[in-house]
Amino acid sequence: MKLSEKAEKRIAEILPKYPDKKSAVMPALYIAQEEMGYVTSESVNWVAEKVGLSPVHVMEVATFYTMFYKKPVGKYHFQVCRTLSCALRGAKKITDHIADRLGTETNEVTADGMWSYEEVECLGSCGTAPMCQLNDVYFENLTIEKIDELMKKVAADKPDLRFSTVKDSLGEGLPKEPRSQVI
Amino acid sequence: MGNHKKILLANVHHKDQHTIAGYESRGGYKTIKKVLGMDPLKVIDEVKTSGLRGRGGAGFPTGTKWGFVPRNSGKPVYLLQNADESEPGTFKDRVLLERDPHLCIEGMLISAWALQSNWSCVYIRGEYSYPYVRLNEAIKEAYAKGYLGDNIFGTGFSHHMVIHRGAGAYICGEETGLIESLEGKKGQPRLKPPFPAVVGVYGCPTVVNNTETLAALPWIMENGGAAYKAIGTEKSTGTKLISASGNINKPGVYEIDLGYPLLKFIEEECGGIAGGRKLKAVIPGGSSVPVLRADELEGVTLDYESLQKAGSLLGSGGFMVLDDTVDMVEVAVNLAHFYSHESCGQCTPCREGGHWIEKILNRIKDGYGREQDLKLIESICKQIGGHTICTFGEALITPALSCIKKFPQEFTDKIKEAILSGRKPEEYRHQAGH
Repeated sequence: MKLSEKAEKRIAEILPKYPDKKSAVMPALYIAQEEMGYVTSESVNWVAEKVGLSPVHVMEVATFYTMFYKKPVGKYHFQVCRTLSCALRGAKKITDHIADRLGTETNEVTADGMWSYEEVECLGSCGTAPMCQLNDVYFENLTIEKIDELMKKVAADKPDLRFSTVKDSLGEGLPKEPRSQVI
Repeated sequence: MGNHKKILLANVHHKDQHTIAGYESRGGYKTIKKVLGMDPLKVIDEVKTSGLRGRGGAGFPTGTKWGFVPRNSGKPVYLLQNADESEPGTFKDRVLLERDPHLCIEGMLISAWALQSNWSCVYIRGEYSYPYVRLNEAIKEAYAKGYLGDNIFGTGFSHHMVIHRGAGAYICGEETGLIESLEGKKGQPRLKPPFPAVVGVYGCPTVVNNTETLAALPWIMENGGAAYKAIGTEKSTGTKLISASGNINKPGVYEIDLGYPLLKFIEEECGGIAGGRKLKAVIPGGSSVPVLRADELEGVTLDYESLQKAGSLLGSGGFMVLDDTVDMVEVAVNLAHFYSHESCGQCTPCREGGHWIEKILNRIKDGYGREQDLKLIESICKQIGGHTICTFGEALITPALSCIKKFPQEFTDKIKEAILSGRKPEEYRHQAGH
């Protein structure tokens, strides 16, 4: 199978950077996932071919790491941190609110394909707890109001929050999130 | 507030510090130019003199670690920056990568020169998209200026650097897990020995250093190892980033001189306990170190030795503060869930035992505890600790054991209540999502 020209170009740039191209299995899986929305069996074959591994090895890697999705997620996928520092500052309320708004179970996609959510482990943003990730962008010091504002804005503007489009002007036009305090 | 030396966070407040122009305007890349003219063994000696210890959690002396790398093995030496930062409660490397990425690169170059390594890789956790963007831009800038690549500063020394994104596995912060992951496999740790210094990535000598460790190198090489050693305590030298979170007024990343009083840190730097409540406990070094009760903190200072003497560890400096409203059974459940979820599945005691501990703790929390449960947890923990390939086994049992040991009554009260209620443990069904 073939992925887009952009994906082919991205993987061609990555492969020579490693002493052994097998190391590119994770970057290749990310590229395929961005394109397809999750890791499809076709994309496993594509990755295997690119990095010189067997498809079963690629599948083993894809299933080991939580950031590779084995089934479709919503166009906008909330990942709310549930680990201690966030839990101490009300993470559960944030997850419950998102669940109520969406009316879905964990990892279940809304009928329009727009939204899904799950609870995840520590995202390394404990100083601005509670926090979540919407696709590949962090939103911190969350409140229920902030979630509502974010969902409204995203539904209206449909911003691209995928990794490869993350720029230095991160979260431009989205509700501003303060970064961790540094003293 | 303590009068702390600023080594790592000296320039992070400048808006343009992440750019090469901003970094160089404040003396950046000046040190590496000097270092590249030095005898690499002298660089290692200087770092040994500084007493710098690995800031990722283990606290192993950096210079000594470098010293283990065989010279002239005929194989290339690889250098890996551990920016996986996955220990719950830790968010310090993110600040360095986002705001001072060139400092991380210069630190890498110093280490690369000391080890005569021509290829390095920053293994960054997959979720850190913003730090990735910043670091990626910085690497590009450094290449464009000839600070990375072939024949750096005309010295004939070449060094190439790539960034590798992890994908959400805690275990890849363990250095051999990281190496396996970088080789394109599941991140399952290796048996040691051989240690990575001898057989690391692609079977070659490899050094894995934490981001914060590397970021201290430019200052050490500029000011000398002795100047660094003069900061902190005798065995815990220099400064350390503390990621303060939990029930405090001012969470954030603080750079402190090691040896700083812990209670003073909470009161002054962290602004005290939020909402006027009382301090109950502290987990001072990331979720896998033992919890300390408020009454155990008098006289304890933030450094490797003092915290160890108090029965905990400095670890990664992930400093989580709990107030008097916190239920320790909930804390134990929360962390047990984390560890059972993050086990790589390689060793049976950890893979199975982690889930058992979580299930039993959940049952206690939900009011179905049994009299023998705490003994059972203890016995499972005994069978995990020391019986696994990597130290994840110890990390897994520590929160459960220390919460029970330090706050036994909270657990026994819940169990007593369950027994008196007549609820039948065998009828308990754990509800997903709790």
